[in-house]
Order: sequence, then structure tokens, then C-alpha cells
Amino acid sequence: MESNELIKYLERKALKLRYHILEMIGVGKTGHLGGSSSCAEIVATLYFHWMNIDPNNPKAPDRDRFLLSKGHAALVQYAALAERGYFPVEELKKVKTLGSMLQGHPDMKSTPGVEANTGSLGQGLSIALGMALGLRLEGMKSRVYVILGDGELAEGQIWEAAMAASHYKVDNLVAIVDKNRIQATGPVEERLSSDPLAPKWSAFGWHVIEIDGHSIEEILKALEEADSVKGKPTVIIAHTVKGKGFSFAENSAAFHNGALTQEQYLTAKRELETLMQRGE
Amino acid sequence: MKVENLREAYGQALVEIGKRNKDVVVLEADLGKSTRSCLFQEVYPERYFEMGIAEQNMASTAAGLALVGKIPFIHSFAVFAAGRAYDQIRQAISIPGLNVRICGSSCGLSDFGDGSTHQAIDDVALMRAIPNMTVLVPVDAVEVKKMVEAVVEYKGPVYIRINRNDLPVYTPEDLECRIGGIYTVREGQDVVVFANGVMVSKAMEAAKVLQKEGISVEVVNVSTVKPLDADALAEKAKGFKGAVVAEEHSIIGGLCSAVSLALKEKKVEVPLEFVAVEDRFGTSASNYEDLLKHYGLSSENIYRKVKCLLK
Repeated sequence: MESNELIKYLERKALKLRYHILEMIGVGKTGHLGGSSSCAEIVATLYFHWMNIDPNNPKAPDRDRFLLSKGHAALVQYAALAERGYFPVEELKKVKTLGSMLQGHPDMKSTPGVEANTGSLGQGLSIALGMALGLRLEGMKSRVYVILGDGELAEGQIWEAAMAASHYKVDNLVAIVDKNRIQATGPVEERLSSDPLAPKWSAFGWHVIEIDGHSIEEILKALEEADSVKGKPTVIIAHTVKGKGFSFAENSAAFHNGALTQEQYLTAKRELETLMQRGE
Repeated sequence: MKVENLREAYGQALVEIGKRNKDVVVLEADLGKSTRSCLFQEVYPERYFEMGIAEQNMASTAAGLALVGKIPFIHSFAVFAAGRAYDQIRQAISIPGLNVRICGSSCGLSDFGDGSTHQAIDDVALMRAIPNMTVLVPVDAVEVKKMVEAVVEYKGPVYIRINRNDLPVYTPEDLECRIGGIYTVREGQDVVVFANGVMVSKAMEAAKVLQKEGISVEVVNVSTVKPLDADALAEKAKGFKGAVVAEEHSIIGGLCSAVSLALKEKKVEVPLEFVAVEDRFGTSASNYEDLLKHYGLSSENIYRKVKCLLK
């Protein structure tokens, strides 16, 4: 695929993921809209282009691994897995209902394609580190990608893992910080600021790349750069907008885990459909 | 009576299983010289990960290693292995039932000098409450070796509690170790003592004294607290005038709780007495025996409880 075409293709996929997120949340039910939509371009790029994965052989030992450490954004991962063919799209309607394969947070035993149980914040980077160490021990070329929330960086375990990953010179591990600047109850910087972020990761021994997390072009370039880094792990600090793609929800903590009114739902649907039609 | 060190046996067993299974990996939180995981490091440095004083990261990293097919053994003192990394063990390891083995070393009051912060009187309760978790409390060095070998191929997470000190050996070398088994260490007719860990030796001492008074005590090693073989336990308890449950742990949530529930479930109405740490923290002492006595974890106390049951 030509690079312009690829970018358009992935942009359309990101819109499709947002559309599924909207459908899963629906009207009057709470759901993590904000943090799911802020990483839609990143998730789309990984699942629909970058990662070596095969839905028909989901347990292939040499596959790349994806972990959503900020597990509350499970909706975006479920949308990607369904779109990618890990399970039928119809399953999305049953999300978070009794007996559904789609739990409130990623559960590897329930959902095909989910690699670990995440969502108790702060643990995904360590799990990814363990995978990366194990894969290296096996001589595998597989890479491990893990998305962290910026609110999540308050968890001390993140920094334990950050130290350990550089100590062990793990270079098959890429962390992506979805820096949408808003956590459950408001702005990150008013709760426990993790800024300045780049110097922190750098001081912990990581190769740091900063990008616009909604630019497919920048995401692709960053992933390529991360691939070439040897002897240390890479972190991609992705500057994003919480609730991106939903006009009423952008930069708002209310939709961290909020419910939509009928009017909001219809507005969002109309906006997304317009963009999707324009992209075709 | 032959005594052997449980930690040393544990470290040697790790090396043995490492030799036979290349998927065995070992993670340590800067206590390798004490837990004796250092023995594995000497032989298999490439499969040994010193994670520093960061138990939470160690536990979740082990989850990741298990997810790519490794069999990780993680180590710290029991109080930190079970307590500091509780959420990591619960969320990433136990919910999906990963094959991580958690070694809680220097368990119970066995780290006698270090006091309440380092003495694990609640680790069995914490681990037992987690669905999918198996909880092992070996009695001696021989059982430690057998259990370490048995858990390599075992499915799901396992917590194994290791005493810091030298303890008498009761387990025969030829005993076939089964996770979930209960073992009669001494046969008797009047009262049965269900015990594990160091309390088996205390029960054996009490039984000896009681024998001289014409009271016959059976001692059963319940080294698997979970899954507890309720049928075997109920069958065992049936013929006796009473049963004492003895453990080096809080009376809340450990073996006493597990045995009570199992007997109730199986409708065995045998009078029960408990020897365990009452609802309080540990404290420092200059030797292990003094500390055990201070908390009533003694052969004298078991003797008293047996007499109570026969009144």
C-alpha cells in the first residue's frame, strides 16, 4: 500500500473503531468513551498494519503482543479485535453483560486475542516486560506493545518496571503513553502531575519519542524508529485528546466513564457517519 | 531426630527442577541469599532475574513470563511475597490462572528477630482467599523438595510457604507427594491433630508426652491448605473423640478456618480446638522457640487442648 493510501486506510479504521465504541456505549449506559477514543489511531495502526498477528492463528508463538495496561479503555481493543476478525462483530453488542465474552476490563480467558488480564492500573508494563524477557530467552523476534494511560503513571509499579526494563536492556518492548491529560476526576496535572514526562523516561534509561497521537503518519514513524533502537526500551509519548472524535466529549472528564443522552448519541453518530462517508 | 533446613532444601530443589525443565525461570527481590534462590542463580544465571526490591513488578513480570510459556518461581519473605504484591498476584496471575509459583520464605514467626513487619501471620489467609490459588505449607525439608518437584507440571498459581529454620524430618523419602494430599505422621486412637509446617513437630512432641499418660494421639500433616481434600479429612476425623487444628498463622483464615469449613461441609461433628496466633501481630524475640511459646504455638498448648477435648 502507498503511504498516503495506508494513512487514509488507517484513519478510516480509527473512525470505525470510534463508531463501534459509540455503539457499545449506546444511550443511558456508562462506558469509557474518553480514554477509548483517545487511543483509537494508535490501536488502529497496531492492529490493522503494524503488528505481526493472525486472527486465524491467534496463539502463534512468534506473534507480536499487545497489552492495554489502561484496561478501562477495553472498548477500543474489543472494536479492533472484532474488526480484525478475532470474533464476530455482533459480540460487541453484548459487552459487559452476564455471560459475555467481553468483560469490563480485558480478560484473556474470555476474549480471543486478549493477551493478559489488565486494568488494575500500573501492572501492564511489568507484564509486557515479562513477555519481552521470555520472548528474548526463546530467541523470538516478537515485539511487545503496551499502552499506558497518563493518569496511570501515578502508580509506582510503572517506574519499577521502567527501571527493570532498562536494567535488562529490553529492546523488544515499546510502551505508548496515551497522554490525554485527563483522568477519572479531572486534569492529571491537578491531581498528580507526571510532567515533565520525556526527561523522566529518559532518566529511567528509555529511548523517548514524542508524537501527535492522532497522526497516523507520526505513529508509523515512531513505531519504525522504536524498531531500530537497540539495547534499550522505547516509550512513545503520544499527545492525544480525551474523547477525540466526539465533539461534546473532547477534553472532558465527564466522559471518562459517562453515559450518553439520546441527543448526544445521535450527534456523535451523525458526526462519525459524515466523516466516514467523506473518507470513502 | 534428624533436622534439616527448609530454605536450603528449597534452593537445591530449584536447581534440580531447573536441570530437568528449561522453562523454569527464577525471579528474586534481593533476598536470594536468604530464600536460597541464589543456588539457582549460580547454575542458571541466564534464567535468573534479580528484580531488586520491587515485589510488585516481580509478580507482574512473572505473569508476563508465564504468558509466553515459562514457569516462573518468584521469591521474597512471605510477608512481602503475599502482602506487598497481593493485587498483582490477584489480578494478573490468579484471575487467568497463570503458572506462577510464589515462594513465601521465612514464613510465620520463623524470622523471629525481625519483628511484626517481617513475620507473616496472615499470608495463608490472603492467598487462600484468592480463587484458583493453591496454598502449600510443607512440614520439612523432604516435603519441600517433593512439593517443588510436584508444582513444576501443576496447572495454575501456587503459593508455597517456607520456614526459615531447621526442622525435624518426618516425611519418608519414598512418600509419593500429591498436591492436595493429607499424610498421617503418627497413628493414634483418641484425638487427632491436624497440623502443618512447624506445628507438626509440636504435635509430635505433645503426642509423645500424652502417650505416657495413656492418651493416644494421631498427627496428620495437612500441608495442602488449598485445595483441601475435605473427603479425606472428614474420613480421618470421624473415629476420634476430638480434633485439634494447629498452625503457625493467625486463627483467622488459615488452616483452622479451612478444616472447620471442611468438617462442617461434610457433616462431621467432632469437637474442635485450635492452636494458632490469636488476632495480633508478631514481635521480636531472641530465638524462635521463645517466640512460638509466647504465641501459644507450643507442644504444651497442644497437650492442654487435647486434654480439654477428653474432659
